[in-house]
Amino acid sequence: MAAEAGGASAAAPSLVDRYFTRWYKADVKGKPCEDHCILQHSNRICVITLAESHPLLQNGKTIKSINYQISANCSRLQNKVSGKFKRGAQFLTELAPLCRISCSDGEEYTVSSCVRGRLMEVNENILDKPSILQEKNLKMIFTVEFFKRNICREDRFPLLH
Amino acid sequence: MFPLAEKDKSIARLLFSTGTCPRCIFRFCGVDFHAPYRLPYKDLLRELENFLKTEDDDLSLEAAKPPLKKIRLQDEETQIDDQSQNGGEMIAIVKDENVIPEKPYLNACNICLGILQEFCEKKFIKKVCQKVESSGYEFTNLVFSVSFPPQLSVREHAAWLLVKQEMGKQGLSLGRDDIVQLKEAYKWISHPLFSEELGVPVDGKSLFEVSVIFAHPETDEDCHFLSTSCPDCFKPAKNKQSVFTRMAVVKALDKIKDDDFRKKFPCPPNLPKAFCSAVEIQCAHGAVFVAGRYNKYSRNLPQTPWIIDGERKLESSVEELISSQLLTVFKAESFNFSSSGREDVDVRTLGNGRPFAVELVNPRRVQFTSQDIKELQQKINISSDKIQVRDLQLVTREAIGHMKEGEEEKTKTYSALVWTDKAIQKKDIEFLDDLKDLQINQKTPLRVLHRRPLAIRVRIIHTMETHYIDEHHFRLHLKTQAGTYIKEFVHGDFGRTKPNIGSLMNGTADILELDVESVDVDWPPALDN
Repeated sequence: MAAEAGGASAAAPSLVDRYFTRWYKADVKGKPCEDHCILQHSNRICVITLAESHPLLQNGKTIKSINYQISANCSRLQNKVSGKFKRGAQFLTELAPLCRISCSDGEEYTVSSCVRGRLMEVNENILDKPSILQEKNLKMIFTVEFFKRNICREDRFPLLH
Repeated sequence: MFPLAEKDKSIARLLFSTGTCPRCIFRFCGVDFHAPYRLPYKDLLRELENFLKTEDDDLSLEAAKPPLKKIRLQDEETQIDDQSQNGGEMIAIVKDENVIPEKPYLNACNICLGILQEFCEKKFIKKVCQKVESSGYEFTNLVFSVSFPPQLSVREHAAWLLVKQEMGKQGLSLGRDDIVQLKEAYKWISHPLFSEELGVPVDGKSLFEVSVIFAHPETDEDCHFLSTSCPDCFKPAKNKQSVFTRMAVVKALDKIKDDDFRKKFPCPPNLPKAFCSAVEIQCAHGAVFVAGRYNKYSRNLPQTPWIIDGERKLESSVEELISSQLLTVFKAESFNFSSSGREDVDVRTLGNGRPFAVELVNPRRVQFTSQDIKELQQKINISSDKIQVRDLQLVTREAIGHMKEGEEEKTKTYSALVWTDKAIQKKDIEFLDDLKDLQINQKTPLRVLHRRPLAIRVRIIHTMETHYIDEHHFRLHLKTQAGTYIKEFVHGDFGRTKPNIGSLMNGTADILELDVESVDVDWPPALDN
């Protein structure tokens, strides 16, 4: 941690800068601009977030509801892990849907896993208050533990700011 | 004075004729005081012979017994002349009562296999003591542990059945408890010899252990019949070890019926082909514990060595800087470091420091005055400026319990340098000073989630005190419950710790620096350093 007196945007690296590597996956599932940003921790935990270019984070978008029920049999809310080794986690492939987000203007967006791995937890705060997603630092959708060999290296964007 | 009386004669004669040594005979005759056992073997043999040879017809009876097998002594190379008058070498009776056999241990006793013959006498004990002395341990007392080959129990059992039967003929009964145990008799003889040779008392509570393991080549052979009679007593052998362990054999002997036993194993026990041998003579010292408190002044030092895939990521560690010096001075085999909680690599530990305890395994040096320990403390403190120790002292094993208690139950105080994204004034942070016993819910921080279960921890922030620095910085002092993740309380860990400093201030906060100001445990006792 650096101890520098800084301005509004800290000269010191932020929490995300310190612990995570940002990976970008653009146009997920072929949908233009539906960019995801995967925050990868050195301990293999990933946080799936929306990239700043994602439509949901643009001005004027209001989120109506978030639905974790992605199919008749599968609700992400039912994901329960137990123990140190997180038994019981749902398996995820890159294209696995995590949740569906409906907006007040009728548009619907699907957030995808983007990494192969196991689902650790779901952000339940956004169910009560969807607007959290759009706040600067709390865009988290999911926490996923990924399988080491499958990092999407080739999709890497140059890091922003 | 010879401990056997007229009433013991028939038993003694019976056992002697089968090849039992004098001391084992004493045991089966219930001789339960130490003195007789301590006399030299030669003398015991002679006295026993005198005791037994009373009438002439007894003498000829003895002489007519079938010759005993010849056995070569373990460490004697000279051949035994077998052209004796009785048609075989017998320690038993020689017509000329003044002849004492030169090599008294010609035959291994059919019960103790030599344990109460040469292996409890001065020569052997001296050999063990030599090994003890050359091992370089420091000790003021010792505990002696000895392990016998399992078939000794079998032979003992056989002898007991035999003697019980003989006594039955005389209308007497013989309980198992009337017989002196082999191990007991062995200790009666060996303990004073050890004390004499090493100059220290034998004490059951001593931390310094001398252990001798005896083995015999015929163990499996002698015990084999038990596996067919009582198969469920014997578990399949691990590695190359024999399935006939002492415990299993004793268990089987308890179960097997007398008749069954007599059918399968000779009563009296037959003569063994060899003596026992001491396959292992070892010494070890129980662990000693050193405790103290450490300060950590580096923001680049892990608690324990940080090695990933065989590669060391950061040089040294708190553990190594403290323990390696101790390891050397105590001449120990290895160490185990524990402390009342720990801090991250980039966190300093100030104030009185954090309690720690080091277990030194199998130390060779254990005598230290408090002056010695003081000097050791200075030595550690000079060796590094990244850590400092205080209150260094020798403690007992209960130290570990104190560590645990400190980690799980005692409060800690911290000082954090906090950054805020919103510009703040002094008054904006004052409310934090008024929050008492604030309850927070912390999900397992992401940075440790890979090795901890996912759970929610409820913790209390007891008190807070703020010091304004500038529009985006302030210092936060806090006193918290054990097990609170401070960094996550400040930055919120993606909202997974609620409430957090950011949420309390309706903005975003981050932690730039963290110091541990105190660990509120009053153990180990403070010394005037």
